[in-house]
Amino acid sequence: MIEVSNLTKTYGDHVAVDDLSFTVKPGIVTGFLGPNGAGKSTTMRMILGLDAPTSGTATVNGRPLAAHAAPLTSIGFLLDAKALHPTRSAYDHLRALAVTNGIGTDRVEEVLDLVGLGAVAKRRSGGFSLGMGQRLGIAAALLGDPDVVMLDEPVNGLDPEGILWIRHLLQDLAADGRTVFVSSHLMSEMELMAEHFVIIGQGRLIEDISADGLRAMAAGESTLVRAEQLDDLVGHLRADGVQIASNDRATINVAGLDAASIGTIARDAGIALTALVPEQRTLEDVFMSLTADAVEYHGGTHHEQAA
Amino acid sequence: MTDNATLSNSPIPPTVMTDSPHPEPEPPMSTTLAPSPRPTVSTARTADMAPAKVSTWRVIRSEWIKFWSVRSTSFTLLSAGIATILFGMIFSWATGSGDAAPGPAALLTDPVDLALAGTEITEMMVGILGVLFVAGEYSTGLVRTAFAAAGRRTRVIVSKATVVASTVFAMSAVAVTAAVILGQAVYTGDGITVAATEVLDVTFGTMVYLTGVALMGVALGFILRSTASGIATLLGGVLIGPNLLNLLPDSVTDVFMKYLPSEAGAAMMTQVSDPDLLNTGPAYAVFIAWVVGLLVLADVMVRRRDA
Repeated sequence: MIEVSNLTKTYGDHVAVDDLSFTVKPGIVTGFLGPNGAGKSTTMRMILGLDAPTSGTATVNGRPLAAHAAPLTSIGFLLDAKALHPTRSAYDHLRALAVTNGIGTDRVEEVLDLVGLGAVAKRRSGGFSLGMGQRLGIAAALLGDPDVVMLDEPVNGLDPEGILWIRHLLQDLAADGRTVFVSSHLMSEMELMAEHFVIIGQGRLIEDISADGLRAMAAGESTLVRAEQLDDLVGHLRADGVQIASNDRATINVAGLDAASIGTIARDAGIALTALVPEQRTLEDVFMSLTADAVEYHGGTHHEQAA
Repeated sequence: MTDNATLSNSPIPPTVMTDSPHPEPEPPMSTTLAPSPRPTVSTARTADMAPAKVSTWRVIRSEWIKFWSVRSTSFTLLSAGIATILFGMIFSWATGSGDAAPGPAALLTDPVDLALAGTEITEMMVGILGVLFVAGEYSTGLVRTAFAAAGRRTRVIVSKATVVASTVFAMSAVAVTAAVILGQAVYTGDGITVAATEVLDVTFGTMVYLTGVALMGVALGFILRSTASGIATLLGGVLIGPNLLNLLPDSVTDVFMKYLPSEAGAAMMTQVSDPDLLNTGPAYAVFIAWVVGLLVLADVMVRRRDA
């Protein structure tokens, strides 16, 4: 369990994390989402006790990490897949990390096999691809068989097979009853992986919501309709609280009536529908609209207004 | 295994999981990179893991593994040892053979001083080794992993200092002793006998000095967190810079020059009396105060700052 309460971090005038509170529960994968610069990494560093909060607290299993006798058995973490000495082997890297917390070399070999780096473990890690670095970072996170696994952008650099692998791995870890907290700036990476989402923007909490809750938000408010006698149908549909928009002569968008009602009205009027599609936004769309005001660095294509 | 299709263009073929009739000849690093989408090793908790606890001794072992698992360590130490011996022999031989310009008897003709002339190069090498061991981890980000795993940052500083000090002390014991013996062997100058106690004092002083310079490198690595500025400060501020102060009037330099680490070190490494240098006892006190002072400053700064 990770508990963050009223966590704030400022650098001079810049507020990186702003009064953030949330709880990451065991047994499920929780996605930590936000645009670049939203404060995800800063929050994770504060959870690890690496950055001191300006105010507020972050605890792992009820205590600050520094109060744990063997931190790696409480929380396994991946902050940066490139945090490796290039001429040190993966095996030595993990062995050095393991020994600090009294973890044996048999466990080192076990996690190397688990992430699929067993055969390259003795080679210099400088030759590793980003994806292999991510696997090594995940191996390091699992060394202490921890209650909590926290990974910063672990999907970065993985190929499709690697993304599938990590999704199953994290879901298995959660199924064991562990707390799994994974950050990403891409909803598309997280939506198949996480059961719960903590979404932040500009350091502030935007949503702390289950995957189902987010899908409910994605349910559309309008229905796309095509019909043979479209003008007649529009006449029948007109009622209080119903908005009808048409972008072209063949298609209308109806809001204020659900698809079933539209179908019934059309049947009663004897009009054949050729399309009846409830508009469903993707989770990506929902995420984008939630964080649209909180994007730190706009590309300038669609968002002409200042951030 | 539908995902295999997407992997056909991957630079890292998943040879383990494919059932291709034509397995490719194994390119380097390819074989293991494809754990099956389901982890083959169970992620289930290993309940029999002994309750672990971080200790300073365990962190020292970790830093020892890290220190010796990169190529540059043994290369640098070997080079430093060879430089000490080789330059000592060259100076001893050149002076003794009469090729060097004759100078005041007490200055450059002390056979032990000549045999240890290589120290001027050795100190830079071990100092840089100390800086790199620390600042290198700041440049990759590995130091964050070390801090979080160790629980307390002071443990990491103490451990790195212990590893560097013990190694450099042992290396210089061998190199300095060999330099004195071999320097004497090739020295053919006239009639200066060397007392055994003098040799021991100078040898020990040189070992302490080289160890201290390496520790200053460690401290500067933590204080400045950058290899470039760490090395520049060590060379410019501690080792070479003081020589430039000689350009100032004697009335100025006489007051404080002898308290600089390089000058205190010079007093530790000779038995030739020099009015510009401290006596041996105070020289040790001043030099050790520099080393300990920098390490304490490093500890205070590292604990106060965000990692």
